[in-house]
Amino acid sequence: MDYATSDPGLVPGPPGPRAPLDASADNGLKIVITGGFGVGKTTMVRSVSEIRPLNTEETMTQAGAAVDDLAGVGTKSSTTVAFDFGRISVNARTVLYLFGAPGQERFWFLWDRLFSGTLGAVVLVDTRRLDDSWYAIDRLEHHGTPFVVARNDFGGPKHSEEQVRDALSLADGVPLVDCDARSRQSSKDVLITLVQHLQTLSAAHPRAREMTAP
Amino acid sequence: MTPRPGREEDPDRLYTLTSGRSRPVSDAFDLVTLVVAECDPVPGMQSEHAAILRICRRPTAVVELAADLGLPVGITQVLLCDLLDTGRISARHPRTVRTAAQLPDPEILEQVLVGLRNL
Repeated sequence: MDYATSDPGLVPGPPGPRAPLDASADNGLKIVITGGFGVGKTTMVRSVSEIRPLNTEETMTQAGAAVDDLAGVGTKSSTTVAFDFGRISVNARTVLYLFGAPGQERFWFLWDRLFSGTLGAVVLVDTRRLDDSWYAIDRLEHHGTPFVVARNDFGGPKHSEEQVRDALSLADGVPLVDCDARSRQSSKDVLITLVQHLQTLSAAHPRAREMTAP
Repeated sequence: MTPRPGREEDPDRLYTLTSGRSRPVSDAFDLVTLVVAECDPVPGMQSEHAAILRICRRPTAVVELAADLGLPVGITQVLLCDLLDTGRISARHPRTVRTAAQLPDPEILEQVLVGLRNL
C-alpha cells in the first residue's frame, strides 16, 4: 500500500526487533477491529501499534465445526482462522492489544474463545461495500460487545451520515466517524471515540459498573 | 478460506507437541494473559517449553507467544498449562470482566484514554 508523505502522523510501523513489555506489566486489554475483507483492519492496527503487527491463528475443532453448517464446513474436522494484532503500552502496568479480526461468518464461532472480555470493537467500513459490514455489526450486537463504526476513506462517493446509518441499521447511540486507517492520528482518534463511547455507556449503566467491582 | 499449502501436515506435529491434547483443560489463559517465566530452561526440556521460558523472561502475552512460536493459540495454551502446573511460569490475568453484559472499570477506561492521547 502506498503511504502519503504529507501527513507526519503516517508511520509504517516501528522497524527492528520488538521491545519487550515493561517488567511491571500485569493487565492486558483487548480491542477488536473488524470489518470486511480489504477494508483496512491491518492497516489501522499497524498505524497505531508500537510493534510491527504480528499474525497468529486459532483452530476451530470438530465441536465448533458442527454448528457451522451455514458456512459449509460441517464435514471438516477443523477450520483455521488467522488474525493480526498489535499493541499499545498504556502505562507501566497496562497494555492494550489491538486485534484485526476478519468479519467472515465462520470467524464468529471463535469470538467467545478469543475475544471474551474485549473492551469494545471498531467496525471499519468501506462505503462502497457496506454489505460487508452488516454481518459484523449484527454479530457484535448479538454478543453484546460495544462498538463504534469508522468509515475508512477510499475516495468513493460521499454518502451522508444518515444514509450510512440507514444502510447499516445503526442504533442512534452508536458513534459513526470518518477515518483514514493509514493515518496514526486518525486511527488514534477512532480508538479514542470508542473509549469515550464506553465511558458514556458505563456512566449510563451504573449498576453494570457496580457488578464489575472486585 | 482454503487451507494453506502444508497445512495438512500440521495436526500430527501439533498433537505430538501436546501429547495429543488439542485444547487446554481449563480457561487459565486468555489471549492477553501476561506470562512470566519463574525459572530458566533446563537441558532435556521440550524445546517449545524452553522457548516459552526464554521469551517470557519479560512479561509476554499469550497471543505474542503463539505468534513467536508459530503455533495456534489453543496449542500454545496447552503448553502453558504444562508450565503453570509445574510452577515454571506465573500468569498475570486481565483484570477485566469476561461477560458481555458488564462494562469495563471506569478507572481502566480513563487510563486507556490517557494512554491513547499520549500516543
